[in-house]
Amino acid sequence: MAECHPVGFQWVMEAKARGATVIHIDPRFTRTSAVADAHVPLRAGSDIAFLGGLINYVLESGKYFKDYVLAYTNAATIVTEDFADAGDDGLFSGFDPDHRTYDVRAWQYEGTEVQAASGERDELYDDRARMEQVRAAGRGEAHGSGGAHVEPAPSDPTLAHPRCVFQILKRHFARYTPEMVERVCGIPRSDFRGIAEAITANSGRDRTTVFVYSVGWTQHTVGVQYIRTASILQSLLGNIGRPGGGILALRGHASIQGSTDIPTLFDLLPGYIPMPHAHSNENLNAFVAAEGTDKGYWAELRSYLVSLLKSWWGPAATAENDYCFDYLPRLTGSHSTYETVMAQIAGDCRGYFLLGENPAVGSANARLQRRGLASLDWLVVRDFSLIESATFWKDGPEISTGEMRTEDIGTEVFFLPAAAHTEKSGSFTNTQRLLQWHHEAVEPPGDARSELWFTYHLGRRVREKLAGSADDRDRPLHDLTWDYPVSGSHDEPSAEAVLAEINGRDGSGAPVKSYTQLRDDGSTSCGCWIYAGVYADGVNQAARRTPGKEQDWVAPAWGWAWPANRRILYNRASADPSGRPWSSRKAYVWWDASRGGWTGHDIPDFAVDKPPDYVPDDDATGAAALSGTDAFIMQADGKAWLYAPAGLLDGPLPAHYEPQDSPVPNLLHSQQRNPVRQVAPFAHPDNRLQPSAAEPGSEVFGYVATTYRLTEHHTAGGMSRWLPYLAELQPSFFCEISPELAAERGLEHLGWATIATARNVIEARVLVTRRLRPLTVDGKVIHQVGLPYHWGPNGRSTGDAANELAAVSLDPNVHIQEVKAFACDIRPGRRPAGPARLALVRDYQRRAGITERTGMEP
Amino acid sequence: MTQRMGFFTDTSVCIGCKACEVACKEWNGVPSSDGRDLLGLSYDNTGGLGADTWRHVAFIEQEVPAGTTGDGGMRWLMSSDVCKHCTNAACLDVCPTGALFRTEFGTVVVQEDICNGCGYCVPACPYGVIDRREDDGRAWKCTMCYDRLGDGLEPACAKACPTDSIQYGPLDELRERAAERVEAVPGARLYGDDPSDGVGGDGAFFLLLDEPEVYGLPPDPVVTTRDLPSMWRHVGAAACVMAAVAAAAFTRSKP
Amino acid sequence: MTWIDSWPVYRQLRDSDRFGRGAAAKSRASEDLAPRTKAADKVVKSVCPYCAVGCGQDVYVKDEKVVQIEGDPDSPVSRGRLCPKGSASLQLTTGGAREERVKYRAPFGDQWVDLDLDTAMDMIADRVIAARAAGWQDEVDGTPVRRTLGFASLGGATLDNEENYLIKKLFTALGAVQIENQARI
Repeated sequence: MAECHPVGFQWVMEAKARGATVIHIDPRFTRTSAVADAHVPLRAGSDIAFLGGLINYVLESGKYFKDYVLAYTNAATIVTEDFADAGDDGLFSGFDPDHRTYDVRAWQYEGTEVQAASGERDELYDDRARMEQVRAAGRGEAHGSGGAHVEPAPSDPTLAHPRCVFQILKRHFARYTPEMVERVCGIPRSDFRGIAEAITANSGRDRTTVFVYSVGWTQHTVGVQYIRTASILQSLLGNIGRPGGGILALRGHASIQGSTDIPTLFDLLPGYIPMPHAHSNENLNAFVAAEGTDKGYWAELRSYLVSLLKSWWGPAATAENDYCFDYLPRLTGSHSTYETVMAQIAGDCRGYFLLGENPAVGSANARLQRRGLASLDWLVVRDFSLIESATFWKDGPEISTGEMRTEDIGTEVFFLPAAAHTEKSGSFTNTQRLLQWHHEAVEPPGDARSELWFTYHLGRRVREKLAGSADDRDRPLHDLTWDYPVSGSHDEPSAEAVLAEINGRDGSGAPVKSYTQLRDDGSTSCGCWIYAGVYADGVNQAARRTPGKEQDWVAPAWGWAWPANRRILYNRASADPSGRPWSSRKAYVWWDASRGGWTGHDIPDFAVDKPPDYVPDDDATGAAALSGTDAFIMQADGKAWLYAPAGLLDGPLPAHYEPQDSPVPNLLHSQQRNPVRQVAPFAHPDNRLQPSAAEPGSEVFGYVATTYRLTEHHTAGGMSRWLPYLAELQPSFFCEISPELAAERGLEHLGWATIATARNVIEARVLVTRRLRPLTVDGKVIHQVGLPYHWGPNGRSTGDAANELAAVSLDPNVHIQEVKAFACDIRPGRRPAGPARLALVRDYQRRAGITERTGMEP
Repeated sequence: MTQRMGFFTDTSVCIGCKACEVACKEWNGVPSSDGRDLLGLSYDNTGGLGADTWRHVAFIEQEVPAGTTGDGGMRWLMSSDVCKHCTNAACLDVCPTGALFRTEFGTVVVQEDICNGCGYCVPACPYGVIDRREDDGRAWKCTMCYDRLGDGLEPACAKACPTDSIQYGPLDELRERAAERVEAVPGARLYGDDPSDGVGGDGAFFLLLDEPEVYGLPPDPVVTTRDLPSMWRHVGAAACVMAAVAAAAFTRSKP
Repeated sequence: MTWIDSWPVYRQLRDSDRFGRGAAAKSRASEDLAPRTKAADKVVKSVCPYCAVGCGQDVYVKDEKVVQIEGDPDSPVSRGRLCPKGSASLQLTTGGAREERVKYRAPFGDQWVDLDLDTAMDMIADRVIAARAAGWQDEVDGTPVRRTLGFASLGGATLDNEENYLIKKLFTALGAVQIENQARI
């Protein structure tokens, strides 16, 4: 955190000064470790084993927060008899090896089917859409206008039932013993025990523990399950929804949270509404029934979606045409950026916009990325400088290896200079969901323009060019609301007008104050339901800047946090079931009986007048079906999920699997790798996978590489490698290794090393440092190679891109690549240049016996 | 003089982010160094203070006995170094042009419009801070953002510092704060806080976690102008030489 | 300052700065020194463009030029502090590394050529229409999809919410589904 989010880290230092214990768990010793109370290195790729060990410790020692767990989690819920845990073989029930998928119905609660609040919601489509048809047929006869009531799953508050979540959890994590943690992660038992004791001693009524993570947890073939493991642990310890608790994702770009909320992502619509998948006879009702929940705020999905469709298609969206629901293009499987690259290589995707992204060095398997770029008809790059993705056609590594020739690359490239944040108005959403407005200070120079300008005027031109078209496919474009006021010498569209559209309007056209005002009858519009209220009263709430010193510690009058300016999500859980704070020390939001409402330091993330003892009617649905203790209001059962009966593709519980390319066998299960990881779509000669563990040839790649960032640079370098003041601070690419590895491989400090995988070879200067330590994993010494990934050949600070080495092997849930742990070789000296570079890669492949089938098994 | 202002750099909370280095350069327009190479000094590629580096963060990787830190054997010290703005500043004493002067804040500043690049100040500095720029030959160093101070602002480095490792304020207050801090931090010691030391105490002083040498700081700095009279003789001689050189140059420049 | 005040020796004698190391040595430039932030025409409130901590920035503008960017002390997020990247924001936004003109590389070409922005926008609009048509799918396996795989976009994590909103809205209306950003990566 000190390394990549130094200014955020001031609060950790402040907590430390007040007595907090800071424990840093990371393969490398970083700037964070330097000021932490303890640094515990673990093997990259083994975090589920580590966190699973903590869960096992908490359950075995009885140190979980019993009252919290009983009231606010699904610990007591009974799970279907069809569920079979991942035993020695590491496979849960429902596995289909031919299609590399699970039938998630094998993991459901007993006697009912619940929908997830996030994640993959289409997997239950058929069941739920059919249910809706049955329900619609019976509507008004058997069940009244409220629709059928979905029976809650049975539960056992004694937590003794063998199929209750709590008992399943206990059995599942029993194999994650301290001994196993030591063998898998390389963390000595004594260190592990120290961490376990520190965390449990610091959790409960009076104290909370927070976990902070970044892409060190997400960039794995089991990345989502890393986060799930932490969620289970924090829920057991009662650390969610409470001040000083939580699991904080530290995100690396100014508005990467915003670009997830208002997603430039293939699988989402604004506000985490799923993009519809292709289904026959799908209409709005079927979609809503299938993807929404029966209880909680996701039950209001129809209001959110209809309001979004009204924002986009205005008067054209009517009840008769399903509010233009059919205008939305449909998904067939994954269309992530990695599938897009394959589609480019295949010639299906011909045009590409790169808007502040540099995949030629910044995305996994950089060579595959460049091959995609070179296959395009046209490419638009919008950035500050001539990044590698803009210049691959003349100086990419494939030109020097002879794989490509400039005169053969048919990609037409448009480089358009981008406006800086000082040259445009708009909002960023930071890592805590806080929207903050930045104001235009000056107009952008030369041809530089904002993306707002680019997108608006591109849309305007395309619409004009197609204005005369009678083609049905152009109707979504004709009907699109695309009329924003412009100003200034460049005709810059008004960002505030866009924000007002995002906020939404009620039936009278006035800005809505909250998502609870949204209706499913077309009378309201809202571009992103979770942002409803950011323009309440016609005021740009994101631009609020009451100085922090003039506010309390929650600082609610600075910017605006979604939803409804709530700063801690699920904060109903900061009070006990009766509505009293768990302790005075940790008081945050509580029930004020005298006023008949929830109150406290933050805006309650709960219906403000719903008393703690509220019991909904049997036939209640949606938000009304939430009881006074259902703190997790987005969840279909109002509970934090220790066990996820839906939403995940690779198991209702986390299980440790080794990374795609690993020198270590899976000691917990015979299944080596995540059985449903995504590798098959990326079979390509440039994306060869490696043998692992005991497989012959794995000895060729005996070391574990992990990629990361440095304080001095930013992601793929587009905003740092060109700046003299930053470039000089870290003037070139380097790798970090331990003195022991240096001795083993004959590597010298400040000398050169060549690092190799089945994908590519790169060279790096060597920093020999004790900050990387060999770990003993199952009795064997494992060396790790640290690779900061900021570099590429362009700019003032240069070097090979670490992403040349990484494979495209993805987490199945979110399609994120595994770049935080992969096996490699390292040897002294510079890599060969020219065609010899390719020959060396082929030599590695040959020595390891790599074929197109290597590493592809389920 | 108004109140004497200074820096207290508490290295125990430094995270080595180098914000101070960049903020200083941005504010003061200090040139970047072209063609820098990796130095291999941990994460330090700046190397030391100089004409183009008025803040410098040192990184020291140490092996320490197991149990000293949680990591059984590793400690990473970081410290942001800067001009000490000595109470008895030799650079100022030797400056023949009056380019170096003591400001109303008690800080020592080179005036770029006066400095003629004679360079006497460079060897005079007991810390090796002040340095001449290769292109214009003039001497440059930290001004403690003299222009900002005059407007009641804090220096750019101190303002940027994410963890408040660099603190700016009245020197008396900083010394009090430091005295408390050194009691609270195990293994801490102060450097440059003592008015009775060889330079009469520093206007920029430090809390260190190890001996000064470890950070590249002289353990016992002494104002180099203790022997001023003899030094002035050299100055006088040098001035004569310089006048002669200037005259010669003037002569030569005639067509 | 009178003429005699500007004479260091006079000041040395007058101001008890007998060694001429203090105020007496102060040059005219030093006398006139003021921070450039003081002369700014306006201070514009902003947010750091690098990571997602969201540190507050004050942007100082003089004569329609940004002359300084530093931390906003009012921000309860950052309390006026910035990391090295945030501290380099002035160089990022006003430094020489920024391209200010459109560049164009023709298919199979070996160099950049200049292109005016208006022409570039028109050409891009044509290419979007063509790629969209080429990759259009009404159905896949008999199920309606109403989409195009003909073009894709990557980017958004460094952009404003309002920009992401327009990108998603326009490209979705065009039928594109391959709309992605760094959050995937």
